[in-house]
Amino acid sequence: MKYPRTFTIVLMDAPFEASRTATALRVIDAAVRRGFAINVFAYEGAVLLPFSHQQPHANLVHGRDAEEEDHPLPREWIAGLMGLAAKRGTALHWINCGLCVDERGAGEAIDGVQRGTPADLWKLASASDNTLIVATA
Amino acid sequence: MKHLNIVSSAYRATIEEQDDTVVWISHAMRNAGAGMDMLLRGAAVNYCVRDQKVGPVTIGGRAQKHAPDVHGQVRDFCSDVSKVYVVREDLDERAIDHRSLLQEVEFVDRNELPALLSGYDQVWHW
Repeated sequence: MKYPRTFTIVLMDAPFEASRTATALRVIDAAVRRGFAINVFAYEGAVLLPFSHQQPHANLVHGRDAEEEDHPLPREWIAGLMGLAAKRGTALHWINCGLCVDERGAGEAIDGVQRGTPADLWKLASASDNTLIVATA
Repeated sequence: MKHLNIVSSAYRATIEEQDDTVVWISHAMRNAGAGMDMLLRGAAVNYCVRDQKVGPVTIGGRAQKHAPDVHGQVRDFCSDVSKVYVVREDLDERAIDHRSLLQEVEFVDRNELPALLSGYDQVWHW
């Protein structure tokens, strides 16, 4: 079977709100490991996924301090995926919807995140083998 | 390249956003040159009911005067280059009178969807 080589994925959910996001990031991880180039267009709450001020916290219910809890942060997953893509000789392009960023004051994102518009989504999708929409329910 | 946006979630954050965000992004991409049609299914079929109105909303003393006009968004999306389809059975399940709908939309039966979808390069289900 011949696999397509470039996917565009649209994410909509805000971080820490829906399991769809973790699943989508796992799909991206698997795709990058197979050499696929991935474009992500983060729309609405998803622009906060790479927000650089996300912080881990302790969890008293779990009885663990912040270090023991090792709380997962989407910004770290995304940075890891970008690094993995570079090592695999492919690319993960992450574009945040600019208006969505402004609404949420989410301008401070990790390195590698670009600001864009719906026109960028259109261009990415047109240049991709397929597009997956992971919409908010 | 021709795309079909399928909208099923309805009135998602329309007060905060002053529009439906999927209808909005469909407009924005079409204005950027995208070939794009729209299919309304599920609860979103209500978007094509005429004469919808949203009154001003006041929360904490802050009045929001520019209410969302999703119905108007859908009407304005219909054009020579962009069609809006609505699933007939989803209207009927909700007892929505077909005579109350925007004249610009086109009805499609569920059993016609495979043929319709196969006419597009990409189909996006929001």
